[in-house]
Amino acid sequence: MRQILLALALIGAGALSLLPVAQAATPSSASDAGPEAQLTRILADIEANRLDDAAKKTDALLSQYPNFRLAHLIKGDLLLARSKPIQTFGAASNAPKDRLDDLRDEAIVRLKAYRDKPQTRYVPRYLLQMQADQKFAIVVDTAKSRLYLYQNDIANGGRPRFVADYYITHGKLGTEKTREGDKKTPIGVYHVTSSLPAQRIGDLYGIGAYPLDYPNEWDRRQGRSGHGIWLHGTPSNTYSRPPKASDGCVVLTNADLTALSKNLQIGLTPVIISNSIEWLSLDDWQAERTALTRAIEEWRTDWESRDINRYLSHYSKRFQAGSQSLEQFAQQKRQVNAGKEWIKVRLLNPSIFRNPGKEEFVVVTFDQDYRSNNLSNEMRKRQYWIREDGAWKIIYEGSA
Amino acid sequence: MPPAFPTARAVRPLPSRLSRPLSALLVGLCLSVAAPFAFADDLPDAQRMLRQGQFPQALEKVDSYLSSKPKDAQGRFLRGVILTEMGRSADAIATFTRLTEDYPELPEPYNNLAVLYAQQKQYDKARTALEMAIRTHPSYAVAHENLGDIYAKLASQAYDKALQIDSSNTTAQSKLSLIRELISTSGKPGVKPTATARPAAEPVRVAATDTTTRTAPPAPVAPLPAPAPAKPAVIEKPAVKAPEKTVEKAAESRPATPARSDANTAENDINRALQGWAAAWARKDVKAYLGYYASDFQTPNGVSRKEWEAERAQRIDKPGKLQVSVEDVRVTLNGDKATVRFRQFYRSASLKSSAMKTVVLVRSGAKWLIQQERIG
Repeated sequence: MRQILLALALIGAGALSLLPVAQAATPSSASDAGPEAQLTRILADIEANRLDDAAKKTDALLSQYPNFRLAHLIKGDLLLARSKPIQTFGAASNAPKDRLDDLRDEAIVRLKAYRDKPQTRYVPRYLLQMQADQKFAIVVDTAKSRLYLYQNDIANGGRPRFVADYYITHGKLGTEKTREGDKKTPIGVYHVTSSLPAQRIGDLYGIGAYPLDYPNEWDRRQGRSGHGIWLHGTPSNTYSRPPKASDGCVVLTNADLTALSKNLQIGLTPVIISNSIEWLSLDDWQAERTALTRAIEEWRTDWESRDINRYLSHYSKRFQAGSQSLEQFAQQKRQVNAGKEWIKVRLLNPSIFRNPGKEEFVVVTFDQDYRSNNLSNEMRKRQYWIREDGAWKIIYEGSA
Repeated sequence: MPPAFPTARAVRPLPSRLSRPLSALLVGLCLSVAAPFAFADDLPDAQRMLRQGQFPQALEKVDSYLSSKPKDAQGRFLRGVILTEMGRSADAIATFTRLTEDYPELPEPYNNLAVLYAQQKQYDKARTALEMAIRTHPSYAVAHENLGDIYAKLASQAYDKALQIDSSNTTAQSKLSLIRELISTSGKPGVKPTATARPAAEPVRVAATDTTTRTAPPAPVAPLPAPAPAKPAVIEKPAVKAPEKTVEKAAESRPATPARSDANTAENDINRALQGWAAAWARKDVKAYLGYYASDFQTPNGVSRKEWEAERAQRIDKPGKLQVSVEDVRVTLNGDKATVRFRQFYRSASLKSSAMKTVVLVRSGAKWLIQQERIG
């Protein structure tokens, strides 16, 4: 019986040792929905050699989630340990190694996620500013197999407030999708574009699907191909899928997708997919947000000033809008500017999301109310700002 | 119902289809015949027929016995065993289920219910039944063994669900041990083992010994982390038993005979002889094994000693691991003779059994040698 203890304790220990230092403090008040809390208690019982309790809790877990394969595996171990000593987690003699590894991986990421609940003093770096009507934002950590739901806390200056987190499955072959069929999940800032009900999709996608706008403007600029990256549910024969199993989609359990879907706004809710979330303290987050807001405001006032050089100084040397280079763009702006006697620009309902990963840029979206002596228009505009020569510069802009 | 037969023996030679009408005919005649003899003979006869594989006859015999003693636990139990052997699972389950309802303190019916449920792959029910058996008798070794098998089966089912595999064809069909005789009867009237009514020729253990040794209140289940005491004569046990099985066998297997010091010494010697015998058997040491038998050992069916030895040697020396262990030893000492009843666990590559055995040992110098040996 000691052996099962050892084998399972490996998981517990692994989860403990990988705790990020920054988050080892007080957990935020979040709901304990999902099986992680129960799994953790079962493991604690096994560690303390309370195997009958562990078995009871596992049965309870299974009555709640009858197709939860990981719980069946633990149940198997607890039963087998009554008839003979077992040496490994998942001691089935005829177990296919890959499936056993999948379940072990799922156990580890679920337990770790439970220990590493986000802290209230830290926020994902990417959520610099949600627009007023975006009620929620989603941030995915593929390394942790976790999706985090944040609320736009308007009363607190639009600070992201943690609501819930869910286990997810991502691409079989990892992340950083570049081409069609590479079985990878894209990294970037996306949005939910539509909702597909269960009747319109196969059982593989579970109770529903929410397509994302991959490839976005930046992906296309990088020549990335592929399509059909969705948030979707799980087939009926299992509660959850292994951490890495999809063709690139982000997969939730049907129960979690149902809960999450209540907070999704089609065409509006951002879904930011990262390899590993970078967390900022609220102070650092505020500082970064202020710097970006200031840069955008300078661009706006310089545009209104009709000083074309000051205006163009906000654009990157690598700026490109469609087939237009910076030079062509500058030339056109100079021509237009010559006829201006006054310009008024108002930016409304802005959102600022930092792109996760190696490429350091932010995605800025706003309603632009442009008025001048000879032309007025209103549009939803999107810009990509990059860090260049120590300052924020626009590398792309277009209608959103 | 009055007794059906004047004596069982009178009917036995008749073809079985005749015996029922005949028994009806005889009912009226034998009212005044000593009824206890009829009871006494029907049950051992049925047991013997069962051992010989004459199931329909055995069933008839036991039914006739039960017609006059419908509540009798021994008879009903035997009926369940016979039905099981005949493959009449539903009837057997019904019989054992009613026994558990009427005699919830008996572990054997639960055990056999579990065997039947397991045959039907109803492992959860089998598990519940075995856990009931162990609740009433925490040291009940057969139930523990069977429960171990059931746990393994349930584990296999859980693994199948976890890993999306189908191992129903690949895992060995381990067979659970059916208990063939009710021995743990309580001291309740009417539940008393009728084994006391055996023919006088057989050395019979006094019923009192039987009941007193077995009706000790169930030992509390040992705390989980307690180390399993090594079973004395278990040879090459592949693995340490799970702690749930840690039960106070040592305490229970101590004979409950009077505490005379010479008797104790003799009992210790006898115990040692039995353990040595089982160990020699398990390690296939034929010479040592045969050395435990007295020169006047009563060979089965009266075959010659030589013939018997050759047969034993051939049987024992088969390939594959053997496990033989002896438990619940109860000694009835009578001078230089001892009748010993115990539970024999046997496991070979092809067979697993748990049976009650009775041997008669005689003192020969410092040693105790086996003079008689039989199942039951």
